[in-house]
Amino acid sequence: MIKYDVVTTISYPKKGAMGKTGGWRAFKPILDKEKCVRCLRCWIFCPEGAIIRKEDDSVEIDYDYCKGCGICANECRVKAISMVREESK
Amino acid sequence: MAIKDLPKEEYVLPGSAACPGCPATIALRTVLKALGKRTILVIPAWWTAVIQSWYPHTSFKVPILNIAFEAAAAAASGVSSGLKVLGEKDINVVVWAGDGGTYDIGIQALSGALERNTDFIYICYNNQIYSNTGIQRSGATPYAAWTTTTVGGKREFNKDMGAIVMAHRIPYVATACISYPEDLYKKVMKAKEIRGPKYIEILTPCPPGWRFSMDKTVEVGRLAVETGAWPLYEYENGKMSFNGFSKLILEGKVKRKPIEEWLKMQGRFRNLFKPKRDEERIRRIEEFIERMWEDFRSKV
Repeated sequence: MIKYDVVTTISYPKKGAMGKTGGWRAFKPILDKEKCVRCLRCWIFCPEGAIIRKEDDSVEIDYDYCKGCGICANECRVKAISMVREESK
Repeated sequence: MAIKDLPKEEYVLPGSAACPGCPATIALRTVLKALGKRTILVIPAWWTAVIQSWYPHTSFKVPILNIAFEAAAAAASGVSSGLKVLGEKDINVVVWAGDGGTYDIGIQALSGALERNTDFIYICYNNQIYSNTGIQRSGATPYAAWTTTTVGGKREFNKDMGAIVMAHRIPYVATACISYPEDLYKKVMKAKEIRGPKYIEILTPCPPGWRFSMDKTVEVGRLAVETGAWPLYEYENGKMSFNGFSKLILEGKVKRKPIEEWLKMQGRFRNLFKPKRDEERIRRIEEFIERMWEDFRSKV
């Protein structure tokens, strides 16, 4: 990464700038890969970008950062994602 | 165009400070996919300035200029001129401001930048409230909506910012909604290719501000379009045209869904239904929307 020599304060991009936000989650999305039709609706609507789009357009959920909003489950047309309560840690 | 055709590259990194279910990052992800990395964002003091996260880190992979609330469009004019002097071409200068920063606080700077024919894209992220400071009314808040400063429901109707901007006769104006990412992507791509000032307004339903469950963000946006509460249009070369579901409504090919479906989904309109149905105010909302569509039909 290029660092700039300037007088003002600047921030640099970082994944997890607020830490691993997966800890905010109360409900966890569980993906049923059998049902998934690779329409990518969950990927484009994920506010966090926590749904990883792979080369073959299959998806995977990044639980380190997923905040558990449930938009992916609500928008999935084939009901391949279900929200399950997180177990107490 | 399908969702599959949108670029894979991400410019908004996971692990930001946004609330779960936030429409700002949904919109920004799609917008930045269209703009690409040669982009400078100018962001006034509002919610997205928070989502950027804390110094020394940021969640966005493009350069950002943070500036005072009322100065975003003026600062963008400076950035745009600066780039011209340096001989830099093909860099998108984009203001990303909220409805408070556009409808109310930033309107004079915006009007000035439009009049000066600044080469930039101004994107208004419209969540119809001052969400960052804790849900106060703005010029974009709709009639009868609850906010912390309009406890019984707002008494006035929202302004028509699109019409105000179109009155500047700029090359491109468009409205979009986070629930239709392909439409939003296409509009940003189009704006990128046009020289001069461009204005895009995106409707972004805010779960804590509009009082609905965070998994319904996209659904509430979709209903706003289907009930006709939010139109999707473009304005080019002095002509308005409508897109997607809004085109069908305009041409009378489908009937708008009853506005109540959209109102009932949101706790901010609860005072219209509880303790008893407020027929008078619901009728006024319905009339307002019908008049808006009649006005559109006369313009197309």
